[in-house]
Amino acid sequence: MKKTHIATLKKERFDDFISALARLQKVVAPVARGNGQFAFEPVVSGNEIALDYIPTILPPKKYFLPQHETLATFDTTKGQQMEPVVAYEKMVIFGVHTCDLAGIQSLNMIFSERPKDVNYLIRKSAITIIGYECNDYCDEYASCRLVHNHTPNGGYDLFFTNLGDKFIIHINTQAGDDIIESAGLFEPAQAADLKALEQLRSDKRKLFANEVPVVHENIPEVFAKSFNSKVWEDLGKKCLACGNCTNVCPTCYCFDVIDEPNLDLKTGKRYRRWDSCQSETFAQVAGGESFREERGARQRHRFYRKFKYPMNKFSRLFCTGCGRCSRTCMAKINLKETLTQLVKEQAMTDLKAGNQ
Amino acid sequence: MPKFSTKVKTKKGAENEYLPRAAEITKIRDLNPEVKHYTLKFKDGKALEYKPGQFVQVSLFGVGEAPISITSTFERGDDLEIAVRKAGSLTNAIHELKEGEELFIRGPYGNSFPWQEYKGKDILFVAGGIGLLPLRSVMNAIFHHRKDYGKIWVLYGSKCPTDCVYSDELVSWSKIEDVSVLQTVDSPASGWKGNVGVVTTLFSKIEFDPDKTIAYLCGPPIMIKFTNLTLEEKKMRPDDIITTMEMHMKCGIGKCGHCLIGHKYCCTDGPVFTYAQLKTLGAEE
Repeated sequence: MKKTHIATLKKERFDDFISALARLQKVVAPVARGNGQFAFEPVVSGNEIALDYIPTILPPKKYFLPQHETLATFDTTKGQQMEPVVAYEKMVIFGVHTCDLAGIQSLNMIFSERPKDVNYLIRKSAITIIGYECNDYCDEYASCRLVHNHTPNGGYDLFFTNLGDKFIIHINTQAGDDIIESAGLFEPAQAADLKALEQLRSDKRKLFANEVPVVHENIPEVFAKSFNSKVWEDLGKKCLACGNCTNVCPTCYCFDVIDEPNLDLKTGKRYRRWDSCQSETFAQVAGGESFREERGARQRHRFYRKFKYPMNKFSRLFCTGCGRCSRTCMAKINLKETLTQLVKEQAMTDLKAGNQ
Repeated sequence: MPKFSTKVKTKKGAENEYLPRAAEITKIRDLNPEVKHYTLKFKDGKALEYKPGQFVQVSLFGVGEAPISITSTFERGDDLEIAVRKAGSLTNAIHELKEGEELFIRGPYGNSFPWQEYKGKDILFVAGGIGLLPLRSVMNAIFHHRKDYGKIWVLYGSKCPTDCVYSDELVSWSKIEDVSVLQTVDSPASGWKGNVGVVTTLFSKIEFDPDKTIAYLCGPPIMIKFTNLTLEEKKMRPDDIITTMEMHMKCGIGKCGHCLIGHKYCCTDGPVFTYAQLKTLGAEE
């Protein structure tokens, strides 16, 4: 008999599933943190998990590319020696929304490109990903329809969709299948379940409408013409250069490499930590010259790194539509609004050119 | 507290792109009061194969790591040579080192100066200040195969006579057949008999055929800008003007994001770009 790649799990068995999984390995999932905020944290039972959550404060990239990561340790007592280090942990991430799955896929492309980044890849190989579908918008900041991330595009081992009294699960990998098999709590999907899933997806097509007046395919074109737009100057006046937007972005991966000696001054570590293109020193070279002195130029750089440059290199937008940058911005710089302004400005320019 | 059957594991000794190799400083010479030249030999005995225009990541444990241009030429059998200007904590610490001590090197990284495909062409080198350091790698490659090339000019500008690097080599290059070395300084000291003014003022002293000349430039951004404009005025094609960029390179392998110019990583797509390429990177230069 051909093995099915779809399974179901009754709601009342969800807690058993997570508890069983957490006995075998570390499980992290979205947990409510109060004030309408959520975070990926270790859990031991299903009851701790906030299934109905808006994008977490930090995306799951924190498990793939930790804020602080030792790359090597050094010891200068017995001749100068340096030892490379990779710290990793086997874990399951449960409840990853489709926007964040896209974020992990983007990071995979960056760090798998040669020369490969072994630290990232070793850590990635120890992580199992269970995705979780959004049946409705999280809030007004999301722009997942624009970038086609409101429905799953792979990048998971298992994918859960909430059908009310049960979950329907897409089994995408051997690792995912092993979890299903060993749990012994899952049932094969019936025709009615598949129909319910189909209905849900069709309802979503009506529910999710493009959030910005431009189609996905035309975004790079808009950016190709917007380098000298006044929009960047306006953003520069608002921006506080705090770097919140890049910290919470699921596809921002820029880092700094720093040496930290221990108190003995003989041993120590070389580590990397998240860095932000929004800080003035980011593109500064020895001697003090900075290549992006203006905040507007730095904001522009951030937008181009989401909507234009990765299209040239990977044929992929690096904005996942999660809305975190807009949600977290203290100066209320809003990604949807900024894109809309660029599109409108472009339309005006085209109109003027047509009239002449 | 949750009990996990697995804990954080540490993998040591894995093949790692970020791991440097120890190199002994075999010779140090002062190029000017701010710049020292280091000749290096790897402790493991393996030589580094590199091309003109590439760079290495140089580090001292506990101080940090920085990208430094290679100034030597593998083509003619040189040991690895780098030149370091005192600019920050790492370069200051490097300046404290003595012959016999160690530096840590990974690389080489980046693309390189094209030069073998320009056989038969006339060559114009334009350098400002320490811009001569990375250019020296391709200059010596071309001088090593002198007969394969046409006329060669070296235009070199520095702030003042004491800032000039490789003074002795400028003299020896000028003695190579059909190589003209022209020097200029912004502010002369007593006894300076040469040209005074920025490097572009030297263009009035030479005549080159824009159709058969390749120009290599390196220097401060302002010098690059005006040299590009002058060369364009003289009808050189932007494809034939080659420069090397200095950006803040941290990882050297196209990941960390610091050295992006537009969508190009200075460390993997560069640091060598033609003027034509730089024009396509948008206003971001």
